[in-house]
Amino acid sequence: MLKIENLHVKLEEEDKQILKGVDLTVEAGKVHAIMGPNGSGKSTLSYVLSGRGGYEVTEGSATLDGIDLLGMEPEERAAAGLFLAFQYPVEIPGVGNMTFLRTAVNAQRKARGEEELSSTDFLKTIRAKAKDLNIDADMLKRPVNVGFSGGEKKRNEILQMAMLEPRMCILDETDSGLDVDAMRLVSDGVNALRDAGRGFLVITHYQRLLDHIRPDVVHIMADGRIVKSGGPELALEVERNGYADILEGAA
Amino acid sequence: MVADPRTTATDERLDALTLPAGNGWLHAARKDALGRLRAVGLPVRRDEYWRFTNPAPLVRVAPAPDAPTQTDDPFDGVDAYVITIDGDRLDLPDGAPDGLEITTLSKVAEADIHWVRDLYGKLEAAGSRPVSRPFAMLNTAFATGGLAIRVMAKVSRPIHIRTIGGTDPILHHVVKVDADAAVTILESGTAGARSNIVTEVDVADRAAFDHIRVQGPDHARHVNTHLFARLGTGSAFKSFTLSANGQFTRNEAVIELTGDDATAHVAGAAFGRDDLHHDDTVFVIHDACDCESRQVFKKVLRDGATGVFQGKILVKEGAQKTDGYQISQALLLDDDSVFLAKPELEIYADDVACSHGSTTGAIDETALFYLRSRGVSKRVATDLLVLSFLTEAVDEIADDGLRDHVGGLMADWLSRD
Ligand SMILES: Nc1ncnc2c1ncn2[C@@H]1O[C@H](COP(=O)(O)OP(=O)(O)OP(=O)(O)O)[C@@H](O)[C@H]1O
Ligand SMILES: [Mg+2]
Repeated sequence: MLKIENLHVKLEEEDKQILKGVDLTVEAGKVHAIMGPNGSGKSTLSYVLSGRGGYEVTEGSATLDGIDLLGMEPEERAAAGLFLAFQYPVEIPGVGNMTFLRTAVNAQRKARGEEELSSTDFLKTIRAKAKDLNIDADMLKRPVNVGFSGGEKKRNEILQMAMLEPRMCILDETDSGLDVDAMRLVSDGVNALRDAGRGFLVITHYQRLLDHIRPDVVHIMADGRIVKSGGPELALEVERNGYADILEGAA
Repeated sequence: MVADPRTTATDERLDALTLPAGNGWLHAARKDALGRLRAVGLPVRRDEYWRFTNPAPLVRVAPAPDAPTQTDDPFDGVDAYVITIDGDRLDLPDGAPDGLEITTLSKVAEADIHWVRDLYGKLEAAGSRPVSRPFAMLNTAFATGGLAIRVMAKVSRPIHIRTIGGTDPILHHVVKVDADAAVTILESGTAGARSNIVTEVDVADRAAFDHIRVQGPDHARHVNTHLFARLGTGSAFKSFTLSANGQFTRNEAVIELTGDDATAHVAGAAFGRDDLHHDDTVFVIHDACDCESRQVFKKVLRDGATGVFQGKILVKEGAQKTDGYQISQALLLDDDSVFLAKPELEIYADDVACSHGSTTGAIDETALFYLRSRGVSKRVATDLLVLSFLTEAVDEIADDGLRDHVGGLMADWLSRD
């Protein structure tokens, strides 16, 4: 489903190489996790895949179901089925959460040639999904992420994901800042979306999230490359021993 | 001797205008204004008050010829008493709400209606000190039409003054709100290729005046408005203007708080592109104690558009416990657009709290990316951020229904801009 080959990325403004040849394939129906030290390039990979400006791809490719992602605008990638739950969700004063979500849902439907969702259907769906994530009516009305606590912002990301039903979901440290109960809510939200046609790339520092969202494959990223891949046991190894042994072994 | 360009331009313009005939009080008021205008002359570019806005489109004898296209009623759906001014045609329809006395300028010219006589040109003249406002003087002298509205009670339905058509209308309205009375006046229009509109508002003790004005979205128009207001003790004045597109707009407001405990809020949201030039020039004078004033002006400019804000708060000696606030902000969507701001405070009392701020910024790229990553097109995402930026000004509209209506109108006009 998601196929990344030899991806090299540098900053647009300076001569700084951040991704140095990433190879990664996520198959439909699978959950892949990426772990790795701070600054190794995990968020950069998620941004480059979703089309944020400021980066320059110098080599390599990334495709979603064979379609070149890197040549598309961010909104086209979203319509193609890509979704990124941000490490730091953005506050947008003056734009209501609900208005934003309806605009997004209908923009994607339109781009795919589907009919727009009626307000009643939209309301019904969002209320049910918000309830599952313990997001109250007030949070839906408020401006996007403004004044939300760290955990509320993360739950709001998962609500967006649940509403948009993307086929390829990238979650960047969605577990950070979550209390134990919120972690369960968010994981349940993600697990509810797991199905044969959908792929997940879960970026995290902690095994804890992976107890809830069981990964099929775990990758370790260091200095802009995937240096090791393995089964769920790799995450346990990181939890126990840190990265030193793995990085030494890879070098 | 070389003729002074100011005198030449003034003479040329005035020679092309005719002082309406008559011999009553109105004629005297017109002649007085003409005399004041001759003494100062029409502005030239180097005048301090016109440093950011070239007055030429207002000075020249004939307006630019392209007549603006007429638009739909922007307050369609709002329950209001609508008075339409179409060029020189002004008919007062039946069904005016209770508590009002409304007549037209042409009717008062013959009658000795003392409250109109005591107001017409009076606030305008007072508002020309210390800075002269020559186009308002010209308006008082040559007004071709207008309304005289007296508010004697709390009027439940808004009055909508809808100005359409004409080529170069000069309209002059006077509004007197009696003690304890209240009124909401809606104003809309593209009044011709060039229009000059003066509104004088006297708000008596404990009275309330609410004003919501929408301008646009025709590109060809040239607009110059003046709003002069005098506020009595405990009175409340609110004015909001939404301005979309329009080649040239200069909206001036001169508000004098003369009674204690009065409040004055003026706000504006404007957006446009290309050769748009939008100027808000506001002067708030505190001449009483415990008053509050607030100015909130927001502009969104793109493709080389120019925005101007000149806002001044003057706190006179003895106007203690004044609470004055002023903010002007521009969102520039590209490097070609400019915002020129001149915020000023002049304070002669010692126990006051006044603040002002002005900012110019670009669109937040992170927010834009966030919206786009959810599938919202760049165009729509930009519009959402623009609306979010302008909302703070629209929030100055007190009435929920009218605020929602204007918010919807703004979104609609923006999507067509
Ligand atoms: N726009 C930028 N300007 C400057 N440096 C950048 C920029 N984007 C990324 N970097 C640098 O690239 C490296 C990778 O950053 P990235 O955020 O991808 O790391 P990460 O693996 O997500 O780290 P963490 O675990 O702390 O979230 C870091 O050294 C970071 O400082
Ligand atoms: Mg990161």
